[in-house]
Amino acid sequence: MMYQVRDLRLSFPDLTRKPLLGAAPRTPVLKGISFDLPKGAVLGIVGGSGSGKSTLGRAMLRLLEPDSGTIAFDGTDITHQTEDQLRGMRQRFQMIFQDPMSSLNPRRRVGGIIAGPLKLYGFDGLTARVNEALDMVGLPRSFARRFPHELSGGQRQRVGIARAIALRPDFILADEIVSGLDVSSQAQVLNLLGKLVGELGLTLGFISHDLSVIRRLCDRVLVLHHGEVVEQGDTDALFAAPQAAYTRELLASIPLPDPDQPWD
Amino acid sequence: MRDARGDIRRPIGLRLWLSGGWLTLLALGALFTPWIAPKDPLMQDLFLGRMPPFWVQGAEPGYLLGTDSLGRDVLSRILYGTRLALIVALVAGTLTCVIGATLGLIAGYYRGWPDRIISRFVDIWMAFPPVLFAILLIAVLGPGLISIIIAIVVIDWTRFARVIRAEAMTQGAMDYVASAQVAGRTRFGTMLTEILPNVLPTIVALLTLEMGIAVIVEAILSFVNLSISTDSPTWGGMIAEGRTSVHQAWWVLVFPLITLFLTVLSFSQLGEGLKDRFDPVLR
Repeated sequence: MMYQVRDLRLSFPDLTRKPLLGAAPRTPVLKGISFDLPKGAVLGIVGGSGSGKSTLGRAMLRLLEPDSGTIAFDGTDITHQTEDQLRGMRQRFQMIFQDPMSSLNPRRRVGGIIAGPLKLYGFDGLTARVNEALDMVGLPRSFARRFPHELSGGQRQRVGIARAIALRPDFILADEIVSGLDVSSQAQVLNLLGKLVGELGLTLGFISHDLSVIRRLCDRVLVLHHGEVVEQGDTDALFAAPQAAYTRELLASIPLPDPDQPWD
Repeated sequence: MRDARGDIRRPIGLRLWLSGGWLTLLALGALFTPWIAPKDPLMQDLFLGRMPPFWVQGAEPGYLLGTDSLGRDVLSRILYGTRLALIVALVAGTLTCVIGATLGLIAGYYRGWPDRIISRFVDIWMAFPPVLFAILLIAVLGPGLISIIIAIVVIDWTRFARVIRAEAMTQGAMDYVASAQVAGRTRFGTMLTEILPNVLPTIVALLTLEMGIAVIVEAILSFVNLSISTDSPTWGGMIAEGRTSVHQAWWVLVFPLITLFLTVLSFSQLGEGLKDRFDPVLR
């Protein structure tokens, strides 16, 4: 198993209700989430805004520390490991961010953005690796000398993907990576991601609110609502026969090419 | 996938030319003062008091910008004052910048208790009236170049700390900082390699502004006679002296004033100009 998550709970302090003295009350965001993610699988995490899907993703990468429950990555319990303990493992789980503008340091060139993480792990032949990563995401090698603002949104998101795959991770989390792109760039980036997952044998966590995208890309789906898993299962089964009322509601909200044609 | 986004080149603006030119001129003047100053700045000649600048009727040859009431050459005194003004600008400006920006960066990026301590300190510090604070400090330390520099640093580091803290907070919330964490970079490493390059343009702009302010503060302190000893000419000291005889000899007041004005303006414009030219991110 790539990930085993059991009864994961996480809360944020609610500073708007903080008393003058003392700690702020905490608002639960994840309320006991459990799931397994087998190696090589593509897991879609879907839910409305505020459902906790991004929080779950950030907890899986240990950008956030859960209150309780466990997260095991490839058999290692990483729930409460410190940053120093995690440092050696971080190369193995990477992330692609939602906003392609703010996720790339605006004052570094693309080559430096991709090479930066590689240097941390002592990879050699940096130029060759950067070039290889650019090739894999279909960007010209000359782009290594560009700054992020000199790229279009789709190109920036490809750089984000290149940065993640250059480290040769086992797992990548893609957090709403196409929601900021126009439709044709969306399709290109999704096709690219699907191709890379196959080629590199990656395990992928794919966060989205867009069910049609999830359906195209994912083997398994986790439906979140108000910080709880309302349904999980194989994509085909879930789309064919949704069990939870909330899932049916989500499915019903997808615009169909032909409204009279039911889901096949 | 060719487009023109990578091909934008920006010329060096007029702003950078003018401000950089004036400051270069000043720097050369300060370096070679003893060789280019036409007269001894302290030499008095009461028979040559209040001589007008060269283009006015009755000017004394050799005294290009005229003389003050004691017959001292205004141009030479401005040149000798330049040295002092530039030393104060560079040393006080840089020290203020390093101390203030470091604290601001730590407060804004690390947040938590370092931020609480630094921010409270800044708040309390800024409640003191600055000029009074400076006068008080120099009264305690005694007048002199070092005291002036210390006074400026002690008063003005809060300006950097505040602005850089806010900037570091904004940058710290960006995804590229989270991305550095995902890659396993240490907090300190992230601050240096990700945050610092992004607040650097602000730091440079503030630094040049601060150099201008340092020149003004030095002038203010000379004005109230708390700068260097009266033997070394300073712009502020000349302005203070010139004020008393402005109706008889306007040039004693006006020339140092123009020099001061152009210098402070150039420092602030230099910052903006450098940002326009060298910051890779178009705004």
